[in-house]
Amino acid sequence: MEQTLFYILAIVTVIATILAITEKHPVHAIIYLVTSFFALAVVFYLLAAPLIAVFEVIIYAGAVMVLFMFVIMMLDQGNPEEARCPLLVHCLPALVLAGIILAALLLLLSGRSTPVAPIGGGSEKRLLDVADFAITLFKKYGVAIEIISMQLLFAIVGVLYLGRRRKP
Amino acid sequence: MTIDLIDIALVAGKIGLIFLVILGLAAYLVLAERKLLAYIQERLGPNRAGPWGMLQPLADGIKLITKEDVKPAGADKWLFYLAPAMAAIPAIMIFAVIPFGPPITLFGREVGQQVVDINVGLLFFIAFSSIAVYGVALGGWASNSKYALLGSIRGLAQLISYEITMGLSLVPVVMLARSFQLSEIVAAQQSCWFIVYQPLAFIIFLISIFAECKRIPFDLPEAEGELVAGFHTEYSGLRFGLFFVGEYINVIVLGGLAATFFLGGWHGPLLPPVVWFLIKVLAFAFLFIWVRGTLPRLRYDQLMHFGWKVLTPLALVNILATGWFIVLKG
Repeated sequence: MEQTLFYILAIVTVIATILAITEKHPVHAIIYLVTSFFALAVVFYLLAAPLIAVFEVIIYAGAVMVLFMFVIMMLDQGNPEEARCPLLVHCLPALVLAGIILAALLLLLSGRSTPVAPIGGGSEKRLLDVADFAITLFKKYGVAIEIISMQLLFAIVGVLYLGRRRKP
Repeated sequence: MTIDLIDIALVAGKIGLIFLVILGLAAYLVLAERKLLAYIQERLGPNRAGPWGMLQPLADGIKLITKEDVKPAGADKWLFYLAPAMAAIPAIMIFAVIPFGPPITLFGREVGQQVVDINVGLLFFIAFSSIAVYGVALGGWASNSKYALLGSIRGLAQLISYEITMGLSLVPVVMLARSFQLSEIVAAQQSCWFIVYQPLAFIIFLISIFAECKRIPFDLPEAEGELVAGFHTEYSGLRFGLFFVGEYINVIVLGGLAATFFLGGWHGPLLPPVVWFLIKVLAFAFLFIWVRGTLPRLRYDQLMHFGWKVLTPLALVNILATGWFIVLKG
């Protein structure tokens, strides 16, 4: 049953993501992307990681996409049908990155590298515990978390600086 | 994971029961609101359909079903049709994680009196309340009308801002209960309700859920004095009804959550747990109606300033104080 559910959700995710890219209307694209995030969240839940599933919905579907939508509604683009397909030159960096990711994926699939051990060191089927997750995140990777949060703070200050009212 | 038929039947039964009870409660909450507002304003309220107007919700339902379903020209058809469901469904889904009683024994197995007891129940609630924003946003945008769009832009800004204060006000609860699981949060309040330790967090949470429900004094998205009816201006018939019922479902669900987080959930002396839970939920519903009958509407900039410059810092200080309290207590 879990496998059936997984395949249904996987198909939904892929189709919704493709539609989100090809759809020309920004608001419709957002709806497709949110659908894809939702299906992905349920996939995480099936993988016994409810915490990640909920974060996926809160952060991506509930915060990031809502902000996108807010901006799109504020700007209220007149005729979105005029959006053109980008030139091949513009796609080049994305294609290079995609190639690197694909190579890494193939390397993983070929079984050369050992898989990362699950958090807490338990068996694979165990439910991801919130306390274990927090301890691993803040004790083992504490410094990294601090650096990332400082970076986010710098970003906020930078945005405030750029968006300040200049004196006439 | 093996799932047998009895488990599936039990979950399905619980879902069906909750669905019926919540929809019934929401319908009668509309009547209760009209009656109470009438008493506050020295009127009689609906009193023609049945004794004390008890059949009024039925009459309203028939009216809404038989009304014409109008779609404005130039509206985005599918999103216009989908938006009311997007507003009502997340609200009712949040109830899946709220415990309304201790586990009981049925057919020789332990059955929890809540649909699912996932270990991230509190985050589940925050996730679905952030999804509920789409109903408001898309409803207004898809209507292709200036007033509706203004209403939904206001709604978006308001809901995003107050979600943050709501989330921050719940952090002390998690710190005290040491769990995101709602059944454990209720169990942690067996001897003393969290409202005693966290009166400030309770007040912040209460103000935030008023804003999340989009009710007076925070009903800016549908301010009828300036925006006709805000994001649901163009809706009619059952689609308007879904927005309307969704609001009352939200009142019930958020009342239930406030009771779970701060008032000890189903804990209480003498009466059975389910009755205690119902009493607490109805008390919150009464408070919502009472506030609607007495307070004026805030101005939009006051609303944003209050959320960001008063409530958010207060909630952060409260988290810090709770942290010190827990550390010093040992």
